[in-house]
Amino acid sequence: MKFKQMTAIAALALALPTLSLADADDDKLVINGELEMVTKTAAPAHLDGALSEVISGWHFRDDDTQKMQMDDFDNAGMLGVEAAAEMWNAVDGSEGKSCASCHGEAESMKGVRAVYPKWNEAAGEVRTLEMQINDCRTTRMGAEELKYAGDEMTNMVGLISLQSRGMPVNVAIDGPAQATWEQGKELYYTRTGQLDLSCASCHEQNYGNMIRADHLSQGQINGFPAYRLKNAKLNGVHNRFKGCVRDTRAETYKEGSPEFIALELYVASRGNGLSVEGPSIRN
Amino acid sequence: MADGVKPRIKAPKSAKAGEAIVLKTLISHNMESGQRKNKDGSVIPRSIINRFTCEFNGKSVIDIKMEAAISTNPYFEFEAVVPESGELLFTWYDDDGSVYTDKKAIAVS
Repeated sequence: MKFKQMTAIAALALALPTLSLADADDDKLVINGELEMVTKTAAPAHLDGALSEVISGWHFRDDDTQKMQMDDFDNAGMLGVEAAAEMWNAVDGSEGKSCASCHGEAESMKGVRAVYPKWNEAAGEVRTLEMQINDCRTTRMGAEELKYAGDEMTNMVGLISLQSRGMPVNVAIDGPAQATWEQGKELYYTRTGQLDLSCASCHEQNYGNMIRADHLSQGQINGFPAYRLKNAKLNGVHNRFKGCVRDTRAETYKEGSPEFIALELYVASRGNGLSVEGPSIRN
Repeated sequence: MADGVKPRIKAPKSAKAGEAIVLKTLISHNMESGQRKNKDGSVIPRSIINRFTCEFNGKSVIDIKMEAAISTNPYFEFEAVVPESGELLFTWYDDDGSVYTDKKAIAVS
Protein backbone atom coordinates (compact mmCIF):
# COMPACT_ATOMS: atom_id res chain seq x y z
CA MET A 1 0.00 0.00 0.00
CA LYS A 2 1.22 3.46 -0.86
CA PHE A 3 2.18 5.78 1.92
CA LYS A 4 -0.43 8.35 0.93
CA GLN A 5 -3.24 5.83 1.16
CA MET A 6 -2.11 4.74 4.58
CA THR A 7 -2.10 8.31 5.78
CA ALA A 8 -5.60 8.77 4.46
CA ILE A 9 -6.83 5.69 6.35
CA ALA A 10 -5.13 6.81 9.53
CA ALA A 11 -6.78 10.20 9.21
CA LEU A 12 -10.16 8.56 8.72
CA ALA A 13 -9.68 6.42 11.80
CA LEU A 14 -8.89 9.51 13.82
CA ALA A 15 -11.96 11.30 12.53
CA LEU A 16 -14.36 8.59 13.73
CA PRO A 17 -16.17 9.46 16.95
CA THR A 18 -14.24 8.02 19.82
CA LEU A 19 -16.25 5.51 21.79
CA SER A 20 -14.69 4.69 25.11
CA LEU A 21 -13.65 1.04 25.28
CA ALA A 22 -15.39 0.65 28.59
CA ASP A 23 -18.78 1.96 27.55
CA ALA A 24 -21.83 -0.29 27.53
CA ASP A 25 -22.14 -1.95 24.13
CA ASP A 26 -25.27 -2.29 22.01
CA ASP A 27 -25.40 -6.09 21.82
CA LYS A 28 -28.72 -7.85 22.29
CA LEU A 29 -29.12 -10.46 24.99
CA VAL A 30 -31.19 -13.37 23.72
CA ILE A 31 -31.04 -16.57 25.71
CA ASN A 32 -31.09 -19.94 23.95
CA GLY A 33 -32.02 -18.08 20.78
CA GLU A 34 -35.55 -17.41 22.01
CA LEU A 35 -35.81 -15.51 25.29
CA GLU A 36 -35.30 -11.79 24.66
CA MET A 37 -34.11 -9.86 27.67
CA VAL A 38 -34.51 -6.21 28.57
CA THR A 39 -30.98 -5.09 29.37
CA LYS A 40 -31.43 -1.35 28.85
CA THR A 41 -34.48 0.63 29.79
CA ALA A 42 -35.65 3.97 31.08
CA ALA A 43 -34.67 4.53 34.68
CA PRO A 44 -37.41 4.18 37.31
CA ALA A 45 -38.94 7.46 38.53
CA HIS A 46 -37.06 7.51 41.83
CA LEU A 47 -33.77 7.82 39.94
CA ASP A 48 -34.82 11.11 38.39
CA GLY A 49 -31.76 13.32 38.15
CA ALA A 50 -29.35 10.48 38.90
CA LEU A 51 -29.61 8.18 35.87
CA SER A 52 -31.67 8.43 32.71
CA GLU A 53 -31.16 4.86 31.56
CA VAL A 54 -30.51 1.70 33.54
CA ILE A 55 -28.15 -0.81 31.95
CA SER A 56 -27.53 -4.42 32.86
CA GLY A 57 -23.98 -5.37 33.80
CA TRP A 58 -24.06 -7.78 30.86
CA HIS A 59 -23.37 -4.88 28.48
CA PHE A 60 -20.10 -4.05 30.20
CA ARG A 61 -18.58 -7.49 29.74
CA ASP A 62 -16.43 -8.92 26.94
CA ASP A 63 -18.11 -10.62 23.99
CA ASP A 64 -16.86 -14.03 25.14
CA THR A 65 -18.26 -13.56 28.62
CA GLN A 66 -21.53 -12.30 27.16
CA LYS A 67 -21.81 -15.35 24.93
CA MET A 68 -21.54 -17.72 27.87
CA GLN A 69 -24.80 -16.32 29.19
CA MET A 70 -26.63 -16.65 25.87
CA ASP A 71 -26.80 -20.43 25.90
CA ASP A 72 -27.72 -22.46 28.95
CA PHE A 73 -25.25 -25.19 28.02
CA ASP A 74 -22.43 -22.65 28.09
CA ASN A 75 -23.74 -20.99 31.25
CA ALA A 76 -21.71 -22.59 34.02
CA GLY A 77 -24.11 -21.14 36.60
CA MET A 78 -26.51 -23.87 35.54
CA LEU A 79 -24.32 -26.39 37.37
CA GLY A 80 -25.29 -24.66 40.61
CA VAL A 81 -28.91 -24.60 39.51
CA GLU A 82 -28.77 -28.35 38.84
CA ALA A 83 -27.37 -28.98 42.31
CA ALA A 84 -30.17 -26.89 43.82
CA ALA A 85 -32.81 -28.76 41.79
CA GLU A 86 -31.72 -31.96 43.52
CA MET A 87 -31.90 -30.22 46.87
CA TRP A 88 -35.38 -28.91 46.02
CA ASN A 89 -36.63 -32.51 46.06
CA ALA A 90 -34.50 -33.72 48.97
CA VAL A 91 -36.29 -34.28 52.27
CA ASP A 92 -34.55 -32.55 55.18
CA GLY A 93 -35.37 -31.75 58.81
CA SER A 94 -37.75 -33.05 61.46
CA GLU A 95 -40.97 -32.57 59.47
CA GLY A 96 -39.93 -34.96 56.71
CA LYS A 97 -40.47 -32.37 54.01
CA SER A 98 -38.62 -31.08 51.00
CA CYS A 99 -39.20 -27.78 49.19
CA ALA A 100 -41.30 -29.75 46.72
CA SER A 101 -43.63 -31.07 49.47
CA CYS A 102 -45.24 -27.64 49.81
CA HIS A 103 -44.32 -25.85 46.60
CA GLY A 104 -44.50 -28.63 44.02
CA GLU A 105 -42.29 -28.06 41.02
CA ALA A 106 -39.66 -25.32 41.17
CA GLU A 107 -41.59 -23.62 38.33
CA SER A 108 -44.10 -22.51 40.98
CA MET A 109 -41.47 -19.96 42.04
CA LYS A 110 -42.05 -17.99 38.85
CA GLY A 111 -42.16 -14.28 39.59
CA VAL A 112 -40.69 -14.55 43.06
CA ARG A 113 -37.17 -13.29 42.30
CA ALA A 114 -38.55 -10.24 40.51
CA VAL A 115 -40.21 -8.80 43.63
CA TYR A 116 -37.63 -9.64 46.31
CA PRO A 117 -36.46 -8.18 48.69
CA LYS A 118 -40.04 -7.76 49.88
CA TRP A 119 -41.89 -6.61 52.98
CA ASN A 120 -43.13 -9.52 55.07
CA GLU A 121 -46.22 -8.47 56.99
CA ALA A 122 -46.19 -11.28 59.55
CA ALA A 123 -42.54 -10.77 60.43
CA GLY A 124 -42.70 -6.99 60.19
CA GLU A 125 -39.48 -6.77 58.19
CA VAL A 126 -38.10 -6.61 54.68
CA ARG A 127 -36.96 -10.04 53.66
CA THR A 128 -34.49 -11.19 51.07
CA LEU A 129 -34.97 -14.44 49.19
CA GLU A 130 -32.27 -16.01 51.35
CA MET A 131 -34.16 -15.08 54.54
CA GLN A 132 -37.37 -16.51 53.15
CA ILE A 133 -35.63 -19.77 52.23
CA ASN A 134 -34.23 -20.09 55.74
CA ASP A 135 -37.61 -19.25 57.25
CA CYS A 136 -39.14 -22.06 55.20
CA ARG A 137 -36.41 -24.42 56.32
CA THR A 138 -36.69 -23.69 60.04
CA THR A 139 -40.43 -23.17 60.50
CA ARG A 140 -41.89 -25.51 57.88
CA MET A 141 -39.25 -28.20 57.38
CA GLY A 142 -37.72 -28.24 60.84
CA ALA A 143 -34.31 -28.17 59.16
CA GLU A 144 -31.11 -26.31 59.87
CA GLU A 145 -30.66 -22.86 58.39
CA LEU A 146 -28.39 -22.65 55.38
CA LYS A 147 -25.36 -20.40 55.66
CA TYR A 148 -26.49 -17.04 54.26
CA ALA A 149 -23.86 -16.79 51.53
CA GLY A 150 -22.93 -20.47 51.35
CA ASP A 151 -22.94 -22.40 48.08
CA GLU A 152 -26.13 -24.34 48.87
CA MET A 153 -28.03 -21.14 49.59
CA THR A 154 -26.70 -19.29 46.56
CA ASN A 155 -27.46 -22.25 44.29
CA MET A 156 -31.01 -22.38 45.64
CA VAL A 157 -31.45 -18.66 45.00
CA GLY A 158 -30.14 -19.40 41.50
CA LEU A 159 -32.79 -22.06 40.93
CA ILE A 160 -35.54 -19.72 42.13
CA SER A 161 -34.20 -16.80 40.09
CA LEU A 162 -34.14 -18.91 36.94
CA GLN A 163 -37.92 -19.36 37.14
CA SER A 164 -38.34 -15.58 36.81
CA ARG A 165 -35.76 -15.14 34.08
CA GLY A 166 -36.91 -12.54 31.56
CA MET A 167 -39.48 -10.98 33.88
CA PRO A 168 -38.92 -7.32 34.81
CA VAL A 169 -37.49 -6.58 38.25
CA ASN A 170 -40.26 -4.89 40.20
CA VAL A 171 -39.48 -4.44 43.88
CA ALA A 172 -41.86 -2.33 45.96
CA ILE A 173 -40.24 0.69 47.59
CA ASP A 174 -43.29 2.38 49.06
CA GLY A 175 -45.55 1.49 51.98
CA PRO A 176 -43.96 -0.43 54.84
CA ALA A 177 -40.76 -1.11 52.86
CA GLN A 178 -40.03 2.58 52.45
CA ALA A 179 -38.06 3.04 55.67
CA THR A 180 -35.72 0.19 54.74
CA TRP A 181 -35.42 1.55 51.22
CA GLU A 182 -34.45 4.99 52.59
CA GLN A 183 -31.82 3.33 54.76
CA GLY A 184 -30.46 1.54 51.71
CA LYS A 185 -30.36 4.77 49.75
CA GLU A 186 -28.47 6.46 52.57
CA LEU A 187 -25.90 3.65 52.50
CA TYR A 188 -25.60 3.85 48.71
CA TYR A 189 -24.59 7.48 48.84
CA THR A 190 -22.41 7.30 51.97
CA ARG A 191 -18.68 7.31 51.36
CA THR A 192 -16.75 4.66 53.27
CA GLY A 193 -13.26 3.37 53.72
CA GLN A 194 -9.78 4.78 53.31
CA LEU A 195 -10.53 5.42 49.66
CA ASP A 196 -13.60 7.42 50.66
CA LEU A 197 -15.88 5.94 48.00
CA SER A 198 -19.62 5.46 47.99
CA CYS A 199 -21.45 3.05 45.70
CA ALA A 200 -22.45 6.08 43.65
CA SER A 201 -18.83 7.22 43.17
CA CYS A 202 -18.21 4.28 40.87
CA HIS A 203 -21.56 2.95 39.74
CA GLU A 204 -23.50 6.17 39.22
CA GLN A 205 -20.89 8.79 38.39
CA ASN A 206 -18.33 6.61 36.60
CA TYR A 207 -20.02 3.65 34.99
CA GLY A 208 -18.58 3.10 31.53
CA ASN A 209 -15.13 4.19 32.70
CA MET A 210 -12.23 1.93 33.53
CA ILE A 211 -11.27 1.10 37.09
CA ARG A 212 -7.75 -0.12 36.52
CA ALA A 213 -8.23 -2.97 34.04
CA ASP A 214 -11.95 -3.47 34.53
CA HIS A 215 -15.08 -1.82 33.21
CA LEU A 216 -17.30 -0.14 35.76
CA SER A 217 -20.93 -1.14 35.39
CA GLN A 218 -23.92 0.47 36.99
CA GLY A 219 -23.76 -2.15 39.71
CA GLN A 220 -27.17 -3.54 38.82
CA ILE A 221 -28.12 -6.74 40.62
CA ASN A 222 -30.75 -8.08 38.20
CA GLY A 223 -28.23 -10.75 37.13
CA PHE A 224 -27.68 -12.25 40.58
CA PRO A 225 -26.80 -14.81 41.60
CA ALA A 226 -23.93 -14.43 39.16
CA TYR A 227 -21.46 -17.06 38.08
CA ARG A 228 -18.15 -15.26 38.36
CA LEU A 229 -15.23 -16.40 36.25
CA LYS A 230 -12.88 -15.37 39.07
CA ASN A 231 -14.13 -18.02 41.49
CA ALA A 232 -16.03 -20.40 39.19
CA LYS A 233 -19.26 -20.54 41.17
CA LEU A 234 -22.50 -18.68 41.77
CA ASN A 235 -22.16 -15.61 43.97
CA GLY A 236 -24.89 -13.89 45.92
CA VAL A 237 -25.62 -10.19 46.05
CA HIS A 238 -24.33 -9.67 49.58
CA ASN A 239 -21.09 -11.43 48.73
CA ARG A 240 -20.62 -8.93 45.90
CA PHE A 241 -21.50 -5.98 48.16
CA LYS A 242 -18.91 -7.21 50.60
CA GLY A 243 -16.28 -7.31 47.86
CA CYS A 244 -17.11 -3.78 46.80
CA VAL A 245 -17.07 -2.34 50.32
CA ARG A 246 -13.82 -4.16 51.05
CA ASP A 247 -12.32 -2.58 47.94
CA THR A 248 -13.03 0.87 49.39
CA ARG A 249 -10.80 -0.35 52.24
CA ALA A 250 -13.61 -0.23 54.77
CA GLU A 251 -14.75 -2.74 57.35
CA THR A 252 -17.60 -4.49 55.60
CA TYR A 253 -21.03 -5.37 56.87
CA LYS A 254 -21.78 -9.06 57.11
CA GLU A 255 -23.74 -11.05 54.56
CA GLY A 256 -27.35 -11.07 55.76
CA SER A 257 -26.86 -7.97 57.95
CA PRO A 258 -29.70 -5.39 58.17
CA GLU A 259 -27.46 -2.90 56.33
CA PHE A 260 -26.93 -5.16 53.34
CA ILE A 261 -30.61 -6.14 53.27
CA ALA A 262 -31.54 -2.46 53.06
CA LEU A 263 -28.88 -1.88 50.43
CA GLU A 264 -30.09 -4.88 48.42
CA LEU A 265 -33.62 -3.48 48.38
CA TYR A 266 -32.37 -0.09 47.25
CA VAL A 267 -29.99 -1.40 44.59
CA ALA A 268 -32.64 -3.82 43.29
CA SER A 269 -35.05 -0.88 42.95
CA ARG A 270 -32.49 0.95 40.81
CA GLY A 271 -32.90 -1.88 38.34
CA ASN A 272 -36.70 -1.93 38.30
CA GLY A 273 -37.65 -2.62 34.69
CA LEU A 274 -34.57 -4.67 33.75
CA SER A 275 -35.07 -8.39 33.14
CA VAL A 276 -34.20 -10.87 35.85
CA GLU A 277 -31.06 -12.51 34.43
CA GLY A 278 -29.99 -14.85 37.21
CA PRO A 279 -27.98 -16.97 36.94
CA SER A 280 -25.82 -14.62 34.88
CA ILE A 281 -22.16 -14.75 33.87
CA ARG A 282 -19.83 -12.00 35.04
CA ASN A 283 -16.11 -11.51 35.48
CA MET B 1 -14.57 -41.67 41.65
CA ALA B 2 -14.56 -38.01 42.62
CA ASP B 3 -17.80 -36.46 43.90
CA GLY B 4 -20.33 -34.75 41.69
CA VAL B 5 -18.82 -35.79 38.37
CA LYS B 6 -21.35 -35.64 35.57
CA PRO B 7 -20.62 -35.45 31.85
CA ARG B 8 -22.81 -33.27 29.62
CA ILE B 9 -22.93 -33.10 25.86
CA LYS B 10 -24.70 -30.89 23.39
CA ALA B 11 -24.72 -32.35 19.89
CA PRO B 12 -27.19 -32.13 17.01
CA LYS B 13 -29.33 -35.24 16.45
CA SER B 14 -29.02 -34.98 12.69
CA ALA B 15 -26.68 -33.41 10.17
CA LYS B 16 -26.06 -33.17 6.45
CA ALA B 17 -23.17 -35.14 4.97
CA GLY B 18 -20.06 -32.98 4.77
CA GLU B 19 -21.47 -30.38 7.13
CA ALA B 20 -19.35 -29.27 10.08
CA ILE B 21 -21.31 -29.77 13.29
CA VAL B 22 -20.60 -28.08 16.60
CA LEU B 23 -20.06 -30.32 19.60
CA LYS B 24 -20.08 -28.91 23.10
CA THR B 25 -19.00 -30.89 26.13
CA LEU B 26 -18.73 -30.10 29.81
CA ILE B 27 -17.93 -32.33 32.75
CA SER B 28 -18.50 -31.16 36.29
CA HIS B 29 -15.31 -31.86 38.17
CA ASN B 30 -13.37 -30.10 40.93
CA MET B 31 -10.05 -30.32 39.06
CA GLU B 32 -8.01 -30.14 42.25
CA SER B 33 -4.65 -28.87 41.02
CA GLY B 34 -2.35 -30.44 43.60
CA GLN B 35 -0.94 -26.98 44.32
CA ARG B 36 -3.27 -26.08 47.17
CA LYS B 37 -2.92 -26.76 50.85
CA ASN B 38 -5.60 -27.50 53.40
CA LYS B 39 -5.94 -25.87 56.81
CA ASP B 40 -3.29 -28.12 58.36
CA GLY B 41 -0.80 -27.04 55.75
CA SER B 42 -0.62 -30.38 53.98
CA VAL B 43 -0.95 -30.56 50.21
CA ILE B 44 -4.33 -31.55 48.78
CA PRO B 45 -3.46 -34.30 46.32
CA ARG B 46 -3.96 -33.62 42.63
CA SER B 47 -7.21 -34.97 41.22
CA ILE B 48 -8.04 -33.83 37.72
CA ILE B 49 -9.40 -35.14 34.46
CA ASN B 50 -6.18 -35.67 32.51
CA ARG B 51 -7.48 -36.74 29.12
CA PHE B 52 -10.58 -36.26 27.01
CA THR B 53 -11.32 -38.03 23.77
CA CYS B 54 -14.09 -38.12 21.22
CA GLU B 55 -14.50 -40.95 18.72
CA PHE B 56 -16.90 -41.38 15.86
CA ASN B 57 -17.64 -44.99 14.90
CA GLY B 58 -14.29 -45.97 16.41
CA LYS B 59 -12.34 -43.23 14.60
CA SER B 60 -10.63 -40.56 16.67
CA VAL B 61 -12.12 -37.07 16.34
CA ILE B 62 -10.20 -35.32 19.09
CA ASP B 63 -7.79 -36.38 21.81
CA ILE B 64 -6.91 -33.84 24.47
CA LYS B 65 -4.33 -34.02 27.24
CA MET B 66 -5.08 -31.86 30.25
CA GLU B 67 -2.73 -30.48 32.87
CA ALA B 68 -3.17 -29.13 36.38
CA ALA B 69 -3.82 -25.52 35.35
CA ILE B 70 -7.17 -26.35 33.69
CA SER B 71 -9.99 -24.75 35.63
CA THR B 72 -12.89 -26.48 37.28
CA ASN B 73 -15.66 -28.08 35.14
CA PRO B 74 -13.64 -28.37 31.90
CA TYR B 75 -15.60 -27.29 28.82
CA PHE B 76 -14.65 -28.15 25.26
CA GLU B 77 -16.30 -26.97 22.10
CA PHE B 78 -15.12 -28.25 18.72
CA GLU B 79 -16.35 -28.94 15.22
CA ALA B 80 -16.41 -32.21 13.33
CA VAL B 81 -17.44 -33.31 9.87
CA VAL B 82 -19.49 -36.47 10.17
CA PRO B 83 -19.51 -38.56 6.95
CA GLU B 84 -22.26 -41.04 7.81
CA SER B 85 -24.80 -41.90 10.48
CA GLY B 86 -23.27 -43.31 13.63
CA GLU B 87 -22.37 -42.75 17.21
CA LEU B 88 -20.13 -40.24 18.92
CA LEU B 89 -18.37 -41.64 21.95
CA PHE B 90 -17.02 -39.19 24.51
CA THR B 91 -14.57 -40.36 27.17
CA TRP B 92 -13.03 -38.55 30.13
CA TYR B 93 -10.12 -40.07 32.10
CA ASP B 94 -9.74 -39.19 35.78
CA ASP B 95 -6.45 -39.17 37.73
CA ASP B 96 -7.96 -41.69 40.12
CA GLY B 97 -8.43 -44.18 37.30
CA SER B 98 -12.14 -43.56 36.81
CA VAL B 99 -13.37 -43.34 33.24
CA TYR B 100 -16.55 -41.48 32.39
CA THR B 101 -18.24 -42.02 29.05
CA ASP B 102 -21.26 -40.73 27.21
CA LYS B 103 -22.65 -41.38 23.73
CA LYS B 104 -24.63 -39.43 21.21
CA ALA B 105 -26.20 -40.94 18.10
CA ILE B 106 -26.28 -38.78 15.00
CA ALA B 107 -28.24 -39.33 11.79
CA VAL B 108 -26.61 -38.08 8.60
CA SER B 109 -28.74 -37.46 5.54
